[in-house]
Order: sequence, then C-alpha cells, then structure tokens
Amino acid sequence: MKKRKSISYAKWGVVFVLPFFIVFAICQLYPLLSTFYYSFFEYRRVQLTTVGPNFIGFDNYIELFTPDLTGNIGILKYFGNTMLMWFLGAVPQFIFALILAVIFTSERMKIKGTGFFKTVIYMPNLIMASAFGMLFYTIFSLGGPVNQIIQANGGEAIYFFNQEVSVKAIIAFINFLMWYGNTTILLMAGIMGIDQSLFEAASIDGAKSTQVFFRITIPLLMPIMLYVFVTALIGGLQMYDVPQIITSGTGAPSNTSMTMIMYLNTLIAKSRNFGLGGAVSVLIFIITAILSFVVFKSMVPSKPKKAKGGK
Amino acid sequence: MASKNLGNDSYIGYLHGKDKIKLLISRIASYAFLVFVTVLSLAAFYILLVNATRSNNEIAAGFSLLPSINIGTNLQSVMEETRFNIFKSMLMSFLIAGATGILTTYFSAMTAYGIYVYDFRGRNLLYKFIMVIMMIPTQVSSIGFFDMCQQLGLLNTYWPLIVPAVASPVTFFYMKQYLESTLPLEIVEAARVDGSNEFRTFNTISLPIMKPAIAVQLIFAFVASWNNLFLPNLIISKKDLYTVPIVLSFVRSDLNSQFQDLGYLYMVILLSILPVVIVYVILSKFIIKGVTLGSVKG
Repeated sequence: MKKRKSISYAKWGVVFVLPFFIVFAICQLYPLLSTFYYSFFEYRRVQLTTVGPNFIGFDNYIELFTPDLTGNIGILKYFGNTMLMWFLGAVPQFIFALILAVIFTSERMKIKGTGFFKTVIYMPNLIMASAFGMLFYTIFSLGGPVNQIIQANGGEAIYFFNQEVSVKAIIAFINFLMWYGNTTILLMAGIMGIDQSLFEAASIDGAKSTQVFFRITIPLLMPIMLYVFVTALIGGLQMYDVPQIITSGTGAPSNTSMTMIMYLNTLIAKSRNFGLGGAVSVLIFIITAILSFVVFKSMVPSKPKKAKGGK
Repeated sequence: MASKNLGNDSYIGYLHGKDKIKLLISRIASYAFLVFVTVLSLAAFYILLVNATRSNNEIAAGFSLLPSINIGTNLQSVMEETRFNIFKSMLMSFLIAGATGILTTYFSAMTAYGIYVYDFRGRNLLYKFIMVIMMIPTQVSSIGFFDMCQQLGLLNTYWPLIVPAVASPVTFFYMKQYLESTLPLEIVEAARVDGSNEFRTFNTISLPIMKPAIAVQLIFAFVASWNNLFLPNLIISKKDLYTVPIVLSFVRSDLNSQFQDLGYLYMVILLSILPVVIVYVILSKFIIKGVTLGSVKG
C-alpha cells in the first residue's frame, strides 16, 4: 500500500471508529457470545435460587424441540404464529404499497396532494407499537366502540380477544397499518429509480398502462421488492410489542398469538431460564442470518456504481 | 379540476376522447383509494382523540364521532393516578430518547467519517463487519446483555438503555452513504493545509455538512427509543423508573383485574403518543424524505 498523504493520518481513522467498536464489543458482541455460550448450559432460577451454569451440551436444544403433553412443539408453534401473523399483514401491506407507489409516481395522472397523503399513510410507522396495541385492545374490547356499534345495530357483543382468528387478524391488521406507508415510500423510491426513458418509449409505442405496469414497472422493481420484502420479514420475526400488549404477554388464547420474541421475553423475565432462552436466541439468530444473506445477495447487483469505496 | 390539469399538459392534450375518459376514470379511482387509505390510517387515532375528551359515562353510553368537553376531567384522573406517574415517565423517556438520539447520531457520524476519510489497515474489514452485523436483531443478545447488567448492578438504571446507542450499525450505514455523496475528501485535505487538527475538521467542517442526515437520524433514533418496550421492560422493574411503553404494559396488565375509567385509559394512550405526533406533524416532509435517503440507495 503506498498512499502518499493519508498514511500519516491513518491512525486517526482508528481513533474515530474506536468508540463505536468498543461499545459494540461490550454491549452487543460479548452479550451475543455469552448468550450462545449459555445455550449449552443449565442456567435458570428455581424458586429463588439460581441453578448453574452447568454444562449440559445440547440438552436445551433438545428440550426446545421436545413435544409437550399435548404433542405440540412450542417453539415451532411460536415460529408459525409469528410468520402467520406477519404474512397476514404483509400481503395487504405490499399490495397497498405497490398500488400507492404507482399512483404517487404516475406521470399520467398527476395526482394532487401527494405530500398530504404520504404524510398520513406514513404516520402510523412512527407511532408507539405498544400504544397501537393498547388502542386496538380498547377499541375491540367488550365495551369498546366496535362492540358498541355491533350492539347498536342489534348484534351480539363479540369477545374478539378470546378467539384465535380475531386476535391474529387484529395483530396482523396493526402490523399492516404500521408498515404499508413505509413500504410505499421505499417502493416509490424504487420506481423513481427506473430509467424514465423506458416509460416514455413504452408510451410512444402505445403501451397500455397495465402493460407498462406488468412489463416494465414490476420486473424492474423486483430487486428492490425483494430487498424490502426480506427486510420486512426479518422485522416480522422480531414481532413483539403489539401481541405482548394485546394479550398482556400471555399469547392468548392458549398461546396461539405467542411470538418467538414474546417467548424469549417470558424465559428471561419470568423464569430466568437463560439456557433455554439462549437456545431460542441462537435459533432466531440462524434464521435471521440466512435471510440477511438473501438481502445481501439481492443488494450486490446494484452495487458497482459506487465501487470507489473499495481500495 | 381534472380538465384544468389536462389543459396544462401538452402530452396529455393529444389524447383522444376515449383515452381522456379512461384517464379521468383512473384519476377518480386513485383519489377514491387515497381517501380510503387516509380514513383507514386515521380512524383509530380519531376515535382515540374523541374518546380522550369524553367521560367514562359518555363512552359507556355509546359510540360517538363527536368530541365532548371532559378532556380536563380525564387529564385530572391521569394526574391523580398513584400507582404510576405518566408525566414523570414522559420526562424520563424524553431524556433517555434525547440522549440516545444524540449518542447514536454523533458516534455514527464519527465512525462513518473515520471509515470514509482515513485509509487505515483493516478499514474494509471493519466496514464489511458492520454490514454483516447490521441485520442482527438486538433481542438475540438480550440474555447475555441482561446477565451482564445484572452482574454489574445496572438493573433498574437507565445506563443499559442509553450507552448501547453509541454503536448503531444502521445509522452508521446511513451516515456513510451521506458522507460519500456530500463530503469531497479535498475539503478535508484543505482543512489540514490550513492547520486544522483532525477532530476539529470533523466537528467544524464535516458535522455541519452532515446536518440534514444527522437531523433525520436524530428523529428516528429518538422515536425508536421513545417507543421501545422490549429491553426497558427487562431492565426496569421499579415503578418510579418506568418509561412510557412500560406504563402502557402495566396499564394493560391491570385491565384484567379491575374496573377502568375508559376516559382515563384513552387519555393515557393519547399522552404516550402525543410528543411523537407533534414532532411528526411539524417535520413530516423532512422525515419522509429521510426514509429513502439511506435505505434503498445501495
């Protein structure tokens, strides 16, 4: 490496990045490694005494995948819950976002007030998820507005939070509401990144707007769609606040809305079972790592344009 | 309105009658959809706002879209709450979120500057490392973190909620992207020639250039910290240290056990989101622009 000037200043680079890496090492890396480490130990609280850490090999992982009395494997069920609730929200999220992104970027339609509409649809993304959960819990509770409307029209009050379907649907709806505005804005950026001359050429050739959408917009948007989709999926795996608040941490009814992170939270806060919790963490880590790899791969093709960073 | 638009646009002016009608229809459909999503996004908040102004009896009597005059009563019953003090929690959350925002943005900017400006050994390795760890959810390391805090006697203190903010890979990535497009290295060289030391160059030349990126990320980091439930819920168990989301969690767990004043309940929810809503209403344009700046640019 022979760089004329920067060599003498190189040590400053280390000084500038040092605080970040020191704090990262203490607050994230060490805890991450010790979490992995504990996953091979019995380390929990029984009554008021702490048991362990005693090395037990893969016993925590075996326990994690051992069916309970009813034949259910808890962690798989929680994974299924998490993914199902995420998916139920993500489908309308992406459909709405795609439609809105096309409306907002349409040269033909010249929609007015896009600033206002964007502001409105993005707002739920910044609202506290716990408050969202609490609000919807109140709205759908027995004496809440929804039941009041049902009863005012002669219907029977519905116990929304005693039924698996309605609890999952409400949680999925909140996730949809919180994220479709964000997705819209990301997809808009993607559409605006498409070479405009393609759209012009298509319109000169007399392409219909549906043709333009399916033959140009969608295919060229695919890499960004994939990126947004997988990052949303990674976010979905971490689903916690909304179901935690709505079910008060119980995952009611009978664990059907328990997510993986809620389960992890129970293991830490209630039973202090760091061994089993460690195994859950490792599992989430592995799933996230695989998905992140997909994101990383999907980002690579659009990279070369700013390749100057690498030396 | 539509015809005025058509007149302005020379390209659309060439359209035949049939196409004009088609365009008109798609415009009407688009506006209808936009109005629909607006209602969808705001309905719950509207109910919240209205019910926060109604007394418990009014709320119990039936659904209404019109606000009432009992906002003061509800506010008073929240103030008289003895089991927690949401106003204190709001202040605490504000201080924690503020400190988090400042630490995150300053140190992310600094790290991005270090990696962008200096060509030191291992720079690319560190950069790749940050890219790899960016996607790891913080919850994955929470057992180790909780255990560490417990052993250091840091449970029921705010340190574990603030200090980790120094290392935020996502904010770093955003800052690095921003630096690459706004700060020519020649400026740094020129500052050196003028005798500025490296820290001064960063603080007085680079930071002002990064102001827009810092402002956006400050808001995002603030909001993320304000809204955070998972970690604070583990670290904080003393009631007088509760942050706002923990108050909500507490209120929710209390709902199972006893009668609740619904006006009071809506007021608590309203207070918990109010600061963020106010900031958002003022700065929304700026925030929305910021969403795309860093994320999909890669």
